[in-house]
Amino acid sequence: MVANKLKNFFKNIFSNLFSQKRELKLGFYGPPNAGKTSLANRICKDFTGEEIGTVSKIPHETRSVQFKEKVEISYKGKSMTFKIVDTPGIATKIDYEDFLKYRMKKADAKIRAKEATQGVVESIRWLDDMDVVVIVLDGTQNPYNQVNITIIGNLVARNIPVLIVANKMDLRKTHIKKIEAAFPEYDVVGISAKYGKNLEEFYESIFKLAKKVR
Amino acid sequence: MTGKNLGKIKGFSIQFLPYSEIRSLDSTQRIKKILNIVLGNNILLLQGRLEPDEEARLIGDTMAMIGHLKHFKGIELAVISGGSEGVFGRMRMGLVNAIAGGDIGAVTIIGPATIVKEIKRNPKKIELLLKK
Repeated sequence: MVANKLKNFFKNIFSNLFSQKRELKLGFYGPPNAGKTSLANRICKDFTGEEIGTVSKIPHETRSVQFKEKVEISYKGKSMTFKIVDTPGIATKIDYEDFLKYRMKKADAKIRAKEATQGVVESIRWLDDMDVVVIVLDGTQNPYNQVNITIIGNLVARNIPVLIVANKMDLRKTHIKKIEAAFPEYDVVGISAKYGKNLEEFYESIFKLAKKVR
Repeated sequence: MTGKNLGKIKGFSIQFLPYSEIRSLDSTQRIKKILNIVLGNNILLLQGRLEPDEEARLIGDTMAMIGHLKHFKGIELAVISGGSEGVFGRMRMGLVNAIAGGDIGAVTIIGPATIVKEIKRNPKKIELLLKK
């Protein structure tokens, strides 16, 4: 932890000296199937015209870290450049048999499970490199999930600013109040990445968050 | 570390680990101890909680084991914190934790995913759902 803090300290000094407008690494973290790639796609599509990755109903569709550099987000006359980093969903258990329910062949399910475990390890490894992190949660799910708490705890320990997004606001089962109650110390923005709802508040929050980067 | 007891549930035990058992261990030793207990088909009740980076490492190490140990599919993990009300309550708890060398007011539950289907967590309640 001390090594991380020292690393961040020197990184910040270096970037402040040599770059007036550096590219902030904006990471998307959260459990599988919360909509991380859907949101990252929405942003990338809006500001670069290209998507970052594929989405699927089958969990663990994103199994390696994918990123898009120099994404200039412009909002209300302000503009900031980000490196968008979309990470595989973090889980504590992965069972290939869960993929069989989606009519996947056993061999493919086993490969997917193996890649998914590697993806989780990669996601955790990337935590150290983020400047700002958006935790994407499925608003229909119980937010008191240890994975969410562990990710946030690690970001706080590394002094990385966090924004919590309650995704899937288009669904009736979504309860943003539950997420707000679970994480009272953080800003929670409710959105629908699928339909692009309430992204204005999301961009506003991202700009606010980026100002906290030391 | 072996996973020979994992697989079909013939029985399991709940093992309690007081914080004093891990206080003097480094992160690697703590995680190894915890995973050894869980791989023995035990549900672990740990007094206190791990540091955030240790929790992340526990998840990472768990992932690295899936596919390498027969029947091992990961873990279910939950932490319930004591949490104190008010400024003085928090200060008192902070002092107690500082003396104890960790957050001993918390309880960490870790079980193998082959036994524990889900740990449902609310702010002050944990429900452990086991597999049939």
